[in-house]
Amino acid sequence: MLETIVFYAFAAILLGAALRVITARNPVHAALALVLAFFTAAGIWLLLRAEFLAITLLLVYVGAVMVLFLFVVMMLDVNLERLREGFWKNLPMAVVVGGIMAFELVAMLASRHFGSATSTRVVPAGYSNTRELGRVLYTQYVYAFEIAAVILLVAIIAAIALTLRRRKDTKALDPALQLAARREERVRLVSMPAETER
Amino acid sequence: MSLAQLLSHLRALPEMVLLAGACALMLVDLASKSETRRLSYLFAQGVLLIAFCATLFVLSESEGKRYYIFYGLFVSDLLSHVLKLFAFITVSAVLVYARPYLHERGLLKGEFLTLLLFALLGILVMISANSFLSLYLGLELLTLCLYALVALNRDSAASTEAAMKYFVLGALASGLLLYGMSMIYGATGSLLFTDIGPQTAALAASSSSMRTLLVFGLVFVVAGIAFKLGAVPFHMWIPDVYHGASTAVTLVIGTAPKLAAFAMALRLLVNGLPALAVDWQQMLVVLAVLSMALGNLAAIAQSNLKRMLAYSTISHMGFMLLGLLSGVVGGNRLNAVDAYGAAMFYTAVYVLMSLGAFGVLLLASRQGAECERLEDMKGMNRRDPWLAFLMLLMMFSLAGIPPMAGFYAKFAVISAVVQAGQLWLAVAAVAFSLVGAFYYLRVVKLMYFDDPAGVAVPAGGGSARWLLSVNGLALLALGLLPQGLMALCQAAIRSL
Repeated sequence: MLETIVFYAFAAILLGAALRVITARNPVHAALALVLAFFTAAGIWLLLRAEFLAITLLLVYVGAVMVLFLFVVMMLDVNLERLREGFWKNLPMAVVVGGIMAFELVAMLASRHFGSATSTRVVPAGYSNTRELGRVLYTQYVYAFEIAAVILLVAIIAAIALTLRRRKDTKALDPALQLAARREERVRLVSMPAETER
Repeated sequence: MSLAQLLSHLRALPEMVLLAGACALMLVDLASKSETRRLSYLFAQGVLLIAFCATLFVLSESEGKRYYIFYGLFVSDLLSHVLKLFAFITVSAVLVYARPYLHERGLLKGEFLTLLLFALLGILVMISANSFLSLYLGLELLTLCLYALVALNRDSAASTEAAMKYFVLGALASGLLLYGMSMIYGATGSLLFTDIGPQTAALAASSSSMRTLLVFGLVFVVAGIAFKLGAVPFHMWIPDVYHGASTAVTLVIGTAPKLAAFAMALRLLVNGLPALAVDWQQMLVVLAVLSMALGNLAAIAQSNLKRMLAYSTISHMGFMLLGLLSGVVGGNRLNAVDAYGAAMFYTAVYVLMSLGAFGVLLLASRQGAECERLEDMKGMNRRDPWLAFLMLLMMFSLAGIPPMAGFYAKFAVISAVVQAGQLWLAVAAVAFSLVGAFYYLRVVKLMYFDDPAGVAVPAGGGSARWLLSVNGLALLALGLLPQGLMALCQAAIRSL
């Protein structure tokens, strides 16, 4: 009973926050609302006893991705007012499309097709889904895990190859070059005739 | 885990060698200071050679049996070995052809070699995939490398635009594919093709609503495959990417990934969803006919050779689909070996032709004088008779004129279609091939009967020239004696 109340409270907050993400005029507010949405979603996951996923969501999305996102929003200074000009004009069409999608979703979920997928298996005491996830990740799915790692490596290589530009006008110093400098390159002895005071 | 179990993972030795080699290449490249990247280039070729030998070792050791490792995510059968060997040869040739071109333009960076090897790793993963998961990850690995390769020529606006288009459309296609996969997973509860095969058969027979769900997923999966193959109506990216990317990268995209796309279609449809053959064969009919029609007709209107070859790719992939769709007739697989074998032969020969055609373009281009318009071909015979002759071989083969390999490949596919009893498809295929012959022969006419225009093609090319000669003559030899390769392809299909 209590669980149900908590769930509905969380769900209401989640929906409110998600709504706020797309209606807030200020992008910083939208990003903050998204943080709230993630946070609430993590709470719902906890209710489902998926504590590992909940913690990952907090650490990765709220802790890292969203903070980065906030930084970018603050630094870019995008004029979002202009992007939004056509909002009310496009609303009727968007409502129709969204309505159809929602209908499809409900029809799909309400039908019998996915009924068997939701199991209500009783979890034994001392069951840790962190350990279970780790176990299948490093045994059953180790091959996929390795390939995913290679994909990340490729992403790093590609990002560096595509964006690294050595600027010609940079004032940065290269210590190796500085150390390799010899006296002859820097000091020039010039013999000059002695000047006498008049 | 016992030692024997551990050793069983050596069936993925080619992948391991390639991964280790690609990582080591990054370090080796740091030591390679010269502009020609001689050290890195030789190292990359060495890795390819070792991986090739590793595949031969695994092949000889498996004795024609099929093995599943990594909890069924990885399958090792004759089909995978043969396709991997093709892929190694292709990428090695790509390196030889592309190196002088890239060097002249200052694009020969270590990243090109590294990304190429990682793309090849993605191809290998796709070829050996026995699960939605490994197939999808292999696909992402391959396409991520390709996006980056297209964009690597940063100072060219055309390349950047092509990369952007490729990336956005590619992401969309991956999304479609994943959506389809998730539906099939939802229905069957398994990611492994070996489980999905019998599961779908049981589900499709049990209830019509389940069948509807599976077919719904199938539509998205087929759309994803069609995008990767470049079949109409999912072909929009091909002309722009082929045209926008530098010719060396076009060579990369136009060759080895086709082997991966073929393997993907075979694994997903034939291995994973044989119970829905009636449905996906109908979808492939539409894709094949549209691709052949649009590819061949649009190619006529092109004045840019790379764009022309891009539309020719579309039509050839449509032709290859004809083989894939005639395997199962009325629920029995009697025709499967012939039909899929013909499709595999077609893919292999197409890769060889595509290698040769783009290889000629690379060799005929010089800094500041790209050879990519039709006019650039004018009077090629007087400027460089041997190169013109090689291009003639490629064009005849692409058009499907005997005695070239392209003819036999088309013949095998059409006879498979006729055996499947779809006479009208065979007639359409022949008709569109005739239309296609026009633009291939136009290139030959320009080379032999028109006066030279533009700059002279400088002689040279060294090893690329030798390999190109081998490539052209191999097409002639395969056209005269196709039985060997055909037998190999059919044996590979039997192992499926």
